[in-house]
Formats: sequence, structure tokens, C-alpha cells
Amino acid sequence: MTRTADVVVIGGGIHGCSTALHLALRGLKPILVEKDYAGRHASGVNAGGVRQLARDLAEIPLSISSMDLWEHIQELVGDDCGFESHGTVLVAENDAELASFKERVDDLRLRGFTHEEMIDQAELRRLVPAVSEHCPGGVVSRRDGAADPFRSTQAFRKRAVEKGAEVIEGVTVTGLSRVGDVWRVETSDGAIEAPKVVNAAGAWADRIAAMLGEPVPLTVVAPMLMVTSRVAPFIQPVVILRGRKLSFKQLANGTVVIGGGHLATPHRDRNETVIDWEKLAISARTVWELFPIMRQATIVRAWAGIEAYMPDGIPVVGKSSTSEGVFHQFGFSTHGFQLGPGTGAMMAELVATGSTNVPIDGLEIDRFRKKR
Amino acid sequence: MNASELASSYDLVVIGGGPAGLAAAATAARAGVATVLFDENPGVGGQIYRGITANPVRNRAILGEEYWAGSALAAEAKASGASIVNGATVWSLDRTLTVGVSIAGQARMLTAKRVIIATGSLERPFPIPGWTLPGVMTAGGAQTLLKAQGLVPTGRTVMAGNGPLLWLLAAQILRAGGRIEAILDTSSRLNWLRAAMFLPDFLLSPYFKKGLALLREVKAKVDVIPVGNVAAVGTDKLKEVVADGHHIPADLLLLHQGVVPNVNLAIAAGVAHRWNDRQLCFAPVLDADFQSSVPGIAVAGDGAGIAGGTAAAERGRIAAIAAVRALKPDAKIADPQTARQRLQREEMGRAFLDELYRPVAALRQPEGDTIACRCEEVTAGQIRETARMGCEGPNQMKAFLRCGMGPCQGRMCGLTVTELIAEERGTTPDEVGYYRLRPPVKPITLGELASLPISEAERKAVER
Repeated sequence: MTRTADVVVIGGGIHGCSTALHLALRGLKPILVEKDYAGRHASGVNAGGVRQLARDLAEIPLSISSMDLWEHIQELVGDDCGFESHGTVLVAENDAELASFKERVDDLRLRGFTHEEMIDQAELRRLVPAVSEHCPGGVVSRRDGAADPFRSTQAFRKRAVEKGAEVIEGVTVTGLSRVGDVWRVETSDGAIEAPKVVNAAGAWADRIAAMLGEPVPLTVVAPMLMVTSRVAPFIQPVVILRGRKLSFKQLANGTVVIGGGHLATPHRDRNETVIDWEKLAISARTVWELFPIMRQATIVRAWAGIEAYMPDGIPVVGKSSTSEGVFHQFGFSTHGFQLGPGTGAMMAELVATGSTNVPIDGLEIDRFRKKR
Repeated sequence: MNASELASSYDLVVIGGGPAGLAAAATAARAGVATVLFDENPGVGGQIYRGITANPVRNRAILGEEYWAGSALAAEAKASGASIVNGATVWSLDRTLTVGVSIAGQARMLTAKRVIIATGSLERPFPIPGWTLPGVMTAGGAQTLLKAQGLVPTGRTVMAGNGPLLWLLAAQILRAGGRIEAILDTSSRLNWLRAAMFLPDFLLSPYFKKGLALLREVKAKVDVIPVGNVAAVGTDKLKEVVADGHHIPADLLLLHQGVVPNVNLAIAAGVAHRWNDRQLCFAPVLDADFQSSVPGIAVAGDGAGIAGGTAAAERGRIAAIAAVRALKPDAKIADPQTARQRLQREEMGRAFLDELYRPVAALRQPEGDTIACRCEEVTAGQIRETARMGCEGPNQMKAFLRCGMGPCQGRMCGLTVTELIAEERGTTPDEVGYYRLRPPVKPITLGELASLPISEAERKAVER
């Protein structure tokens, strides 16, 4: 039996779930198709950073609109998602780094963005008392924070269903074709027809795009994270570095999540990743130097979620360049979690009305073709 | 040996120094395969032959002749030329056959052409009210103290549960001069009905005579009370054991309801597992040579499914013969047929024991405030409730309740959580599945990880 809907959303990460929710809030009937379960991959197992800091210019409007939603997340999804706001701090490890950070912050000011703010050594040590003394200052984005990724994704999924979306899990999209004025989405559990389709399939989104004759240079990556046993609370903001790959965050329960972008080997057809311990050892050495208090902490778990990375490190968001009625929302290049709420709202507006008030210039899929 | 003396690669890495690991390492090394055996204990022997090379117990009769059979295996492995490294904790293994190991706080990564996982079994969780109270421990824990340190329980000791190890430990405690107030036998009478059809095989197996003698020895000295439930009661420590209306004052309660494969390393390596309904546990999917779904990785010993120490050694030999044949096709190596026949003889009585000592559902699937996950203090009631609200598997459960995310990495709650979800959702444990386990499968310190030698690539990155 062929089912029908207003929109088929492919992919049950935080983006797909957020888009489904916002479509339902607009009174449309979306069906979301997820090959595993909502939040199984990157959306459920990322570091949980809710960060506006250090974003590409093209992403900043989406990031700011998302932040407004994160700050009212309870009202939106009926769950606080574990969201806490203690800021993100980009730590400079030397004066040269600090100077380059200042250039960036000054540039942002000229463009009217004020969320990034320079801090001196005294303020850095006030915000992050445990940081090693060799660091001269940094940048803070004070509204930033962190949330529980799986819980957040599940909350969006649950609220989407409550608002009228249908979520089908354990079902794979196998084909996509135009039949008259609707799209026919073939799945492992029958076909669905809808006038609109949103491709939010994450690390598998290139396969959906390929079905439309719209190939994209997507790389499948798996950024590694590790978590320690509980340590007495010593740090509130999320800390990131520029020169060396590190992101560092203590959760409310005392455990510390260490990440930063060193990559595992992904096997997307097996839903599996193979950890590279020699690279995690680099993170361990960085933490050893930066936070002496952590040296005896025990590493309990290391893992990696499977994600899509684009050549320019920014996502693909907007209309398909080949297929009327199809929209893309993928390739978040290891920093899509914070963007989920706002991008879903923007996408629902774009799908429903054909345009959006949030600027997404520079994120369209045809940018890869233009370059050739 | 310290970590810096390790080679960067070996033909065969054997993980675990119990009977399966010792037999595997001996068989492979004798055939000329460069073999290293990593064992996390100070001496080889595993659980069954714990401390076999340096045992403080002088009177051999206390631990039984069965135990001392381990000496021959240990000696064989030592003479084989295998490199045997004690105090070596393997904390990672993946499908590229890269092994992460720590020795005395120093971590190393090395590669193998073949790996035999021989990490044995661990005790099935026994989640009853009060099982986290001081004064309550597992029978296996008590046996470790007896074997490694010659410690015999003092004070009023009660044992509860079922299974061969419970009776063996009771006999060992009694022989060592200890006293047991009572044994609360939690086997269901109905088990006999299911077990009866396997009785003929059992009568022919080596277990029959040994088991019967052991039961007689214990029952002559200790009250054995059949019960349907058990609870440990006390405020800050154990005061009494309550079971079916019996109130037995006690200082120590030893719990045991069988052993299950220790699956953590194999699952983390990507080895496919399946629910075994007779043994009520997950076990790896293996072929006749104990090779797993991951090319190059075999699982031998009780980790392949519970069959006991003698069977474990035969499985180790069979897995090692397959490894030798793959690595050195010209090597002279015994035909595995002999080992297979001995293994079959050992396995004959197992079905009977599995059915006879099948733990009852009430003691595997707790309710209400009874703790299921000790590390994160998650109750059975919370898990049931979350499953009823739609949580379909243990991995989602981790995210909702943090169960299985503590330092034991699910060893003490994994089966309980799977069975509770299956029961609440009216499906099978196989359908529900087990925790996806993440390395390190044994915790390592940040300092240990930082001690990994700096790779060529990283040195270049820094210089640039």
C-alpha cells in the first residue's frame, strides 16, 4: 500500500526530527523515515556542545536563530534536553594565537555579530580556573552551553509525533522518483508519495542526492570522543582549542567528555567505527598539559558517531539544484547538533512557503558544481 | 616484561591465561608461531586455576585434585616458548586486529595476525533486594579470596543460589575448616522435568560422579533449604537473609546463580553474538574451529559458551590449531580431531547442568526498588517503566537512565537490562540485543593513554 504525506523527511537525526516537528507545527503532515532509530548516529552520540563560537560566517545566522530556540527548548519540545548554559571558551595557548582571535572578533563586530567576546588572562582564569598558566587569554561566547544529545534528539522526535508527524524507524529509503507532480519514495517497507522531500540523511545523504542525479563530494567521518569517570566539579564552560584539536567539557554528573575532531575509521554500511587510540593519545597528552588535575582520571569509554563532512567544512542547506520539491539538510561537518533546532525551523518555512527569512547564502548544494 | 619490551606485532595474541588461553598459547608456540599471551592477573590460571603457580593453600585436598590439574597446563605453556605476560590488561581490540594493552601503567598498541580471545566467564548478575549491602558478595569473589590468599569466611555465612560453583565453593569452605549456616537452594523443582531428558548423557559425563560426591559432602554438613526468593536485609550492612519466610541472621551472604560468557572484549571488537536460550546469555557466533564473525579473531574457553575448565582447554587447542594452519601451513601440528572428541565428552553433561541449574525468572528479572545497575544505581522499576514508555533496547536505555555506563561497563547489569526490556515489551532477548560496548573494555587512566608512544605521523605534524 502506498502511503501519502505532505513531506517525506529522510533521516531521524536531530535535523530530520526538528524539521518534522516544525513542519507539523505548521499544520503539514510529514512522514519521517529513519533506517535505524532516531539519534542512533551522530545526533545521539556527539559531544553535546551547543556552540555559536568560532563558526563559519555562512552558518552564523542559523546558529544564532538556533540559540534562541535552545534557550526556550522546554517550551518547544517539552523537555529541557539537559541544556545548560555556561558558555564556550576558546583558549589561546600563546600570544600569536590570541592576536589572530582578536582579528576574527573585530571582523565579526564590523559585520554586526557580538556573540564572540575577547577575554584577558584574568577573565580566562575566572571562567576556567583549572586551565594551565601558560594560556594568555581567549574568546568567550557566553550564551553557549551543552545539552544531552540523545535525549534532545528523542525529545524532538517525540514532540514531532505528538504534533502529528509520523516517524517510521528501521526502514531504509531505496529509491526516489518523480511520479506526476509528487515524489515517490521507495522504502524497505513500501512506498510513500509526497509533493516535498527533505534529505536529512547525514552520512548517508550523498546516496539520496545520487538518486536525484545530484552527486555531492561528501566524506564519511567519525570524530572520536572519550569520557572519564567522575571527577570533582572543576570546570563549567566548554573549552576548545584552535592550534591543537581539543574540546573539553565536564558534565553535571562529574564525568568529563574529551573530543576535538581526531577521527576514527567509519564503516557506514556496518554502522560501526574503529577507534584510533594513537590519535586519542594525542588528545590525552593535550589534556595532560592543559588540565593537570585530570592526569589520574580514568577513561571509561571511547566512541565515534558516523557523520558527513563537506570539502569546505560547512553544511548543505537549501533547495535541490536539480529536483523541484526536494530540499537538502546535511553535511554538518561535525558541528550540526547546535544547528538542529533553528535549521529545522528554517527548513519548515522554506518547504512550506518557498522562501525563508534566515539567510542561508553560501550553503546551497550547487556551490560544488559552480567551482568546477 | 614491561611494555617497552613488547614487539610491535605478533603472529598470535592470546588474551587470557586460564585453561583456554594456556592451551592455545602452548599449542601455537610449540608449532613455531610467535605467540604472546596477555593475562591481567599476577599469575596464570584464570578463575578456575587462580594462583596455580603460587598458591598459599598447602593442603591440596581443600581445593580438590581438579584444581591442581591446572599446574600441568601452566607448565606446558611455560615450556612452549610462548611469551607469557602477567599483569597485562588488554583494553582494546578491533577488527583490524590492533590490540591495546597496559603493563604497569604503560600502554602500548600492537598488531596481530590472529587473536584468540580467552577471557572466560563471569558470574551471572544476582539482583535481589539488598545485594549491594556490605556483607553481600558473590561466591566467585569468595573463592578468589580462598584461592589467592587462603582466606576462609568467618562469622555467620549463608550461601544462596545454585550451580556447580556454589556447591564446589561450599565444599572448599568446609574442607578449609569454615562454617556455613545454611544454603538456600533457588533451583526450581520444575528444572528436573526439563533436565531429565538430558540425564542419560549426564550419567556418562565426567561431571556425574564428581558432582554427586560433592553434593553428598556438603549436604552432610549444611542445612539446604529450597527457596523461591532471597533478600538481603540490613541498614548499613547485612543483618539477616530473608527467604520464603525464613529469617536467618548472617554476617556474610554469598550469592551465585551460574556463570555466563564474558563478552565485553569480543563485542567491542565487532564479533557477532546471539542469545543462547538454554544458558540464558549472549554468546559469540562461532564455527567448529571457534573462529568468530571477525576474520582472524577466535573465541575459546567459557567465553564461547559455558562448558567448564577442561572443555576450555580443548577449545583453546582447537582454536590454536586453526591459527597455526592459517599462519604456517607447513608446520607440524596435531589433527584437531582428538581434541574435538575430548571436547565432546566434556560437553556431554552440560545440557543437563544447564537445565538443572537454570536460574528462575524471579531472580533474573527483579522488580521495584531492587537495583539493577549498581554503578549508576538504576532500579529494576525504572528500567521497566522506561521500557514500557517505548525504549526498545539497552543502548537507548543507556541514554535515558545511564545504566551500563559506569566503570563495570555493563558486566553486572547487561543481562538483567536485556531481559527486563524483553519481558516488558513482550519480545525475546535476542530481538532486544545487548549493550554496544565501547573500548577501553577495562578502564585506563588518562596518564596511561598519554603514555602511548608518539607515532611518526604525530611527530611530523608537530614539526611542521
